[in-house]
Amino acid sequence: MAEITLKNVGKTYAGGVTAVSEVNLEIRDGEFIVLVGPSGCGKSTLLRMVAGLEEISTGEVAIGARVVNKIEPSERDIAMVFQNYALYPHMTVRENMAYGLKNRKTPKGEIEARVAEAARMLELNAYLDRKPRALSGGQRQRVAMGRAIVRQPEAFLFDEPLSNLDAKLRVSMRGEIRKLQRRLGTTALYVTHDQLEAMTLADRLVVLNGGRVEQVGTPLEVYHRPATTFVAAFIGSPAMNLLDAHVVGGRVILEGHDMGPAQAPDGPVTLGIRAEELQSAPRGLPVKLDYVEELGASRILHVAAGGQYLAFVQSPEIAIPEQIYLTVRPQALHLFDTATGARIGQVPAPVAEPVP
Amino acid sequence: MTHSPSSISRPLPVPPPLSARARLAKWWRGEATAPAKRVQFDRPLTPWVFLLPQLAVVVIFFYWPSVQAVTSSFYLEDPFGFSATFVGLDNYTDALSSGEYLSTATFTAGFALVVTALSLGLGLLLAVKADKVIRGASIYKTVLISVYAIAPPVAALIGMMLFDMHIGPFTQLAGLFGYDLKVGVNYWDTAFAMTLIAVWKQIPYNFIFFLSGLQSVPVSVREAALIDARTGWARFKDVILPLLAPTAFFLLIINITYALFDTFAIIDVIVKDKPANNPMTLVYKIYLDGFKGNDIGGSSAQSVILMVIVAALTVVQFRFLERRVHYG
Amino acid sequence: MMQKIKPLDHLILILGALFLIAPVVLAVMSSTHSAVWIHTNGIALLPGTDAYATYKKVLTARGGFTGDVTGARMILNSMIMGIGFAVGKIVLSMMAAYALVYFRFRLATLFFWMIFTTLLLPLEVRIMPSYQVMSELHLLNTYTGLIVPLLASATGTFYFRQFFKSVPDELLEAARIDGAGPVKFFFDILVPLSRTMMAAIFIIMFVYGWNQYLWPILMTTDEHFYTLMRGIKSILQVWVGSQIPDYNEAFALAVLAMIPPVFVVVVFQRMFIKGLTESDK
Repeated sequence: MAEITLKNVGKTYAGGVTAVSEVNLEIRDGEFIVLVGPSGCGKSTLLRMVAGLEEISTGEVAIGARVVNKIEPSERDIAMVFQNYALYPHMTVRENMAYGLKNRKTPKGEIEARVAEAARMLELNAYLDRKPRALSGGQRQRVAMGRAIVRQPEAFLFDEPLSNLDAKLRVSMRGEIRKLQRRLGTTALYVTHDQLEAMTLADRLVVLNGGRVEQVGTPLEVYHRPATTFVAAFIGSPAMNLLDAHVVGGRVILEGHDMGPAQAPDGPVTLGIRAEELQSAPRGLPVKLDYVEELGASRILHVAAGGQYLAFVQSPEIAIPEQIYLTVRPQALHLFDTATGARIGQVPAPVAEPVP
Repeated sequence: MTHSPSSISRPLPVPPPLSARARLAKWWRGEATAPAKRVQFDRPLTPWVFLLPQLAVVVIFFYWPSVQAVTSSFYLEDPFGFSATFVGLDNYTDALSSGEYLSTATFTAGFALVVTALSLGLGLLLAVKADKVIRGASIYKTVLISVYAIAPPVAALIGMMLFDMHIGPFTQLAGLFGYDLKVGVNYWDTAFAMTLIAVWKQIPYNFIFFLSGLQSVPVSVREAALIDARTGWARFKDVILPLLAPTAFFLLIINITYALFDTFAIIDVIVKDKPANNPMTLVYKIYLDGFKGNDIGGSSAQSVILMVIVAALTVVQFRFLERRVHYG
Repeated sequence: MMQKIKPLDHLILILGALFLIAPVVLAVMSSTHSAVWIHTNGIALLPGTDAYATYKKVLTARGGFTGDVTGARMILNSMIMGIGFAVGKIVLSMMAAYALVYFRFRLATLFFWMIFTTLLLPLEVRIMPSYQVMSELHLLNTYTGLIVPLLASATGTFYFRQFFKSVPDELLEAARIDGAGPVKFFFDILVPLSRTMMAAIFIIMFVYGWNQYLWPILMTTDEHFYTLMRGIKSILQVWVGSQIPDYNEAFALAVLAMIPPVFVVVVFQRMFIKGLTESDK
């Protein structure tokens, strides 16, 4: 078990393409860190640099006290779970799990004990002598986990391990991974493009965009205080409404309507409001109904305010009023610089700082 | 609309174009083509150990003789191999201006054309039918495929028997119509026998590829065609045939190559080293001139001419294959 | 999908199958008759009674159409040729493809092209200089000379390269994390993974090697190295000038020459077709 430190890490490919630049990150021992971002944001590259599967172009990666830049993947004392599991198709489940230990000259008795323990934990006992092709997707996923566990590594690296599973199985495996990691207390670095998976698994999230870190924080921090419009739009479903607005004399004006106080200089801003923070009221921002999405437990109303579209969430028990007016708590207004997308000022946010 | 997050995503920087020197350096480092694998081993010695056997065989048995073919095509060697005189392009001009060479070339082209057309056509016909029937399909398939494994000289030997002047059923059949079939003596009779045997031997190969091409046409496409096209012929012509086109093109090149080279054994068995009044292909002439006629320079010059033709054919094939890979 | 049984389809197939298989049947039948019988009655449609005598003579008798090599010896030589070629091809091309796909090394591009250029030119266009090279290396009338030069074509390397490229990248990555070096990865993972591919290529190459004609004709003057294909050439050379040619022996030789490759292809049909059609892409 170890901390992982990334100092100014960057990756430039032979062709001159920069995939990752200036990533700084300190992962505490036993922490579950999720790297999240759209495809091509560099999250997998970053993970693979930690694993030793990609050369590190600039900066330093340290696992524990050891800088591992020049160390072979097998010597880094990490274990990795791949998206397509990468099980050896010609080996049984048992052999798959034991292969890495065998290569490290672990004594036979010890290998058996560790494999048995992992199989017990993952409920794979009945399948130890089967080949991967005789297993279901979920079972293969477990074997891949087992292969990581038996090594008792300093850190687990997960590269979109649940993407190949169907939606239902994904949710249950998600829970299992979290429980397992808690129980073993092993530091984990997990890559996903699924923001929901990221939110539910992470101790801390690292949101990546175009090879750079946009924001690092606990799921709630990132959700409630997105550092940029990118994070605001990427994390949360439905996505945060981002609207063109103006600040005039300390007030936010949206489509000619005063939405509340703003600690920002006069001028154009991007106003962010979460769909669930908007409420219909007898008076407020007048909007026109566009269409409705029924989700059962809630309902999303898509409306237009002037020329801009926004969504808000309403309980299905409330009837949809003829004429809708929207209001929002002043604390739920997020202001972003229109040009850079960066968050402006300290918009008062009633969020208790989560203590990890 | 709300702001799309992509509008503020950071674009990845575009790499600058490479200088000639940098490209040469990439060649040297072995990075000129995209790597076949995302991660590759980076060891100084191991790849050489793995590559060396193949490389040695290729250099000794491919490049050395090929270079020799080119060099000796510029020399005139005496029949005993004691001396050689540089004669420049004489061997080439001799070959290209000889009536015998040109008539052999003409025959080769015609032979290749007829063999290719017939074996492709019949292979396709049988494949289409075998793809249609269910009952007995595997028996037809096995019978057709088994002929693939028969060696060309064996095919030719059996063929010779069938065309034998005493016992051959074909000769007897022709006799019934009052025709005196003389394979091995009469030019066109021999050409007919060669073509028939060559086609017979090649049908199974085309059949295998056409059938596997047909069977990879998705069921959904067939069903869509069933709805859109009224007659079976229209379905075949408008839907199935275009989907088979890549296979057909691939086979076209293979069949031409087959007719040019792999028929050597068939021709040798029929002609038996005695050209007399018999037709032959260019490859066979190279062999005769080189080994029987001891005209090494002339034979080499013919080799080089043929090399150029084949190389051109293969390049066409590769370019096409590349495209086919892209289309999936 | 709707399927109607169409008599015409079956008719065409039956005719096609007959056209292809009839010569083979005639050859097998005729090989069971005596030369005199064939000379008087022509090609046979039905089995005769002289099979044992004919095949015994072809397999065990020295002399006859050749000086002092028996049919059995020629079968052995053809086997050595077929198996030696197939094994050599698999070993060489697997190793080369492994180096080309899984390693980054100097001048890799150059060697890639050097190897794949061999696909451009078949042996037939350079027989004369190849023969000279072989005689300079003193490889005429040796098994090495029969087999090794034929390995100088990249077909196998091409097949294996395609196959290795289709192996998921993650397998190598997992193996590296599991502490497998290049040699261990090759033998522990890649070789077992390629078993089906190896079998398919073995079948294709065995048939190819067994059926070689031109090269054995050039390489062997010593009858001890004659393959069945070389024997066919000899039998035809004796043919000219004899009163009643040994038709039956020629047919028997042809039958012996086709049994092994036909057997292999028919028995391993599925694997063979898969190897042939998929690796050519």
